[in-house]
Amino acid sequence: MALLGVFALLHGASPGIAQDSRIAHLSEEEIAQGERIYKAQCALCHGIDGAGGTGPSLQRPVLTRARDDAALFSIVQRGVPGRMPGSWLSENETWRVAGYVQALGKVETGDITGDVRRGEQVYKAKGCAGCHIISGEGGSLGPDLTTIGDTRGPHHLRASLVEPGAALPEGLLLITAVTTDGGKIRGLRVNEDVFTIQLRDAANRFHSLRKTNLRELRREFGKTLMPSYQDSLAPRELDDLIAYLASLRRGE
Amino acid sequence: MKRAAGVLLLLVCGHAGLAQVPYKRIRDTAVEPGSWLTYSGTYDSQRFSKLDQITAENVADLRPVWVYQVEGSGQIETTPLVADGVMYVTELEARVTALDVRTGRPLWTYQHPMPENVLNIGFGRTNRGGALLGETFYFGTLDAYLIALDAKSGAVRWKTKVGDNKLGYSITAAPLAIDGKIIVGISGGEAGIRGFLDAYDADTGERAWRSYTIPGPGELGNDTWGGDSWKTGAGATWLTGSYDPELDLLYWGTGNPGPDWNGDSRPGDNLYTCALLAIEASTGKLRWYFQFTPHDVHDWDSNQIPVLIDLPIDGEQRKLVAFANRNAFYYLLDRKTGEFLLGTQYSTQTWAKGIDKKGRPILVPDKEPTVDGNLTYPSLQGATNWMSPSYSPTTKMLYVPMREMGSYYFKGEAKYEPGKVFVGGGERRLDGDKAWGSIRALRADTGDRVWDFRTPSPLWTGVMATAGGLVFGGSNEGNFYALDAVTGKPLWDFQTGGVIRSNPISFLIDGKQYIATSGGRAYFVFSLASGSL
Repeated sequence: MALLGVFALLHGASPGIAQDSRIAHLSEEEIAQGERIYKAQCALCHGIDGAGGTGPSLQRPVLTRARDDAALFSIVQRGVPGRMPGSWLSENETWRVAGYVQALGKVETGDITGDVRRGEQVYKAKGCAGCHIISGEGGSLGPDLTTIGDTRGPHHLRASLVEPGAALPEGLLLITAVTTDGGKIRGLRVNEDVFTIQLRDAANRFHSLRKTNLRELRREFGKTLMPSYQDSLAPRELDDLIAYLASLRRGE
Repeated sequence: MKRAAGVLLLLVCGHAGLAQVPYKRIRDTAVEPGSWLTYSGTYDSQRFSKLDQITAENVADLRPVWVYQVEGSGQIETTPLVADGVMYVTELEARVTALDVRTGRPLWTYQHPMPENVLNIGFGRTNRGGALLGETFYFGTLDAYLIALDAKSGAVRWKTKVGDNKLGYSITAAPLAIDGKIIVGISGGEAGIRGFLDAYDADTGERAWRSYTIPGPGELGNDTWGGDSWKTGAGATWLTGSYDPELDLLYWGTGNPGPDWNGDSRPGDNLYTCALLAIEASTGKLRWYFQFTPHDVHDWDSNQIPVLIDLPIDGEQRKLVAFANRNAFYYLLDRKTGEFLLGTQYSTQTWAKGIDKKGRPILVPDKEPTVDGNLTYPSLQGATNWMSPSYSPTTKMLYVPMREMGSYYFKGEAKYEPGKVFVGGGERRLDGDKAWGSIRALRADTGDRVWDFRTPSPLWTGVMATAGGLVFGGSNEGNFYALDAVTGKPLWDFQTGGVIRSNPISFLIDGKQYIATSGGRAYFVFSLASGSL
């Protein structure tokens, strides 16, 4: 979203180009150093265990944007324009982080215990498609879930279902606006500038508001229009649904 | 036929055969507020337009007159210059275009042949503008050339290599033209350069002097560096400074010491980094210095605009330099002597308890970067940055574009290799809805906050106050707007459709006031709808 794209500027300048991969030659101690840097600088988005958060899960044998060591080195240094910031790491540090990230891909997660097919039935039965699109089908109020398994690990998926406000996608913000004539609009922020704000309400209707015409503009941090499914799903249904969502991936 | 008269006037000026913009004309812009002849409008860098046709009463009738779209990718950060019916803009990727200021139609374009492997270590591929002197337009390039173009045709008069780009030396700042000389600063503070400020003969391009920002062996201040660390001590001069012709002094900020976030290899204060230098324009000799942030480890460059103001302090009229620093403190210095007069917090910060009587920060312990990250305010980009503040002699307020944001600072390895990143760490910003921006009005004599006009994200845009009682500013979200200079109340706004990362200017065409800004990859020029004056 527009608010997020503007900060990544001072990071565009890592000219280091990977030559030969050093990952195979890293000592255990160097991998441990990579882990420390990872936990400090990468875990915020990719999860402390690499299972994903706002950024994609790294617990995969093949990373979509970093299919070999050189690409992995490059992405750690330069980031992905508009999505992931580059780093200021030295070449040595970059290789150590890359080594740790590669090791994450070999971890057997063991976190997915549910059944994908049953999970798909739960998804349909509980009306998730009213607000979410999978492969072009469904409502568009909530995030598109077509490849959600690429970007969200099982822990994050569980949190999103049980306590959605604690696991919000970056930039998602619920707003309550009260106009000067007393009208109340509650919805997700679509965009915002100095003088205006754009919202979509629970009925997926679009509202364009000028801030000078508002009596109140309340930012409901940590809240969302999505209800918690803690009580409406049996534990096995929850496991199955997580398994189904985690299986939703881009074709390799 | 108003239009024909304008063209005729232009021809007459062109035929006069006189230097278009002699030094005295820049020095005396106060009597010619209809032009914008130097980066900050005037040598004192107040970025205050004396034009007063557009006011709080009629600004609601401001309308776009023309839009000029630049080619190429990147961010426009240029301040255009306007003289004698022509607007000069440095575009993206080392292109300069002269525009007919009445229509926005290009008159000529010069494209510098930029090598593909040009290094810009630590900053984007940007250019912040040029300088005019006589009949020549001067600008710097990312590969560290200073180029003089014929202002009428764009033909090259001369090119001078200022630094070695293979070692990370680069130019992004607009040069400053003074009497017979072009002053130019250098970028490269994340590449372990040794910073300097240069003066070149305006006619020939020969170097008149070089003033290093990092003292060499035997020079005063060299002992504030451990071992050979001064050699890669950075101290870049990457933003245009100010000039007091009466005192013959240039005021120029210096950047961070290298490496940025790991100070282990450079014990000491690291002079003259994160400082303001007063340099004799005729000789290049350092007259005085004031270091804002000794032994900086947060990349808080002091590359902001030094604003020269005359005001009474404790009942005595003083020649001052006001400096809203990236480190979140506002300073007043005597610009003749460098004497420290005031240092006061003007933005959220967690690194210093205050400023002592000599102007030195009193540090909060354990605020240095760590391997695991250490949360400190302000962020790496500071409380403010390169975008220009503005001072209004009418309100006696300094208007500062603000960045209210914190960062986790990381410490990492730092090993110098020529032409490579030399930083020793990094940051993780608390951005999104955890950060915000504003235009903040400070009482210039005390630094006290008068008002704050808030924006959804930390600003990258400069401001301009006018004699019409307005302050013009922008936003990352594309808004260009006018505020009441006394109250900060918004009076007019326009959505340009792209990030605004430049400084607004104002000028006259045929006696009518215009306002210009960038927005995205375009320039917008505004004036009052006819009949509203």
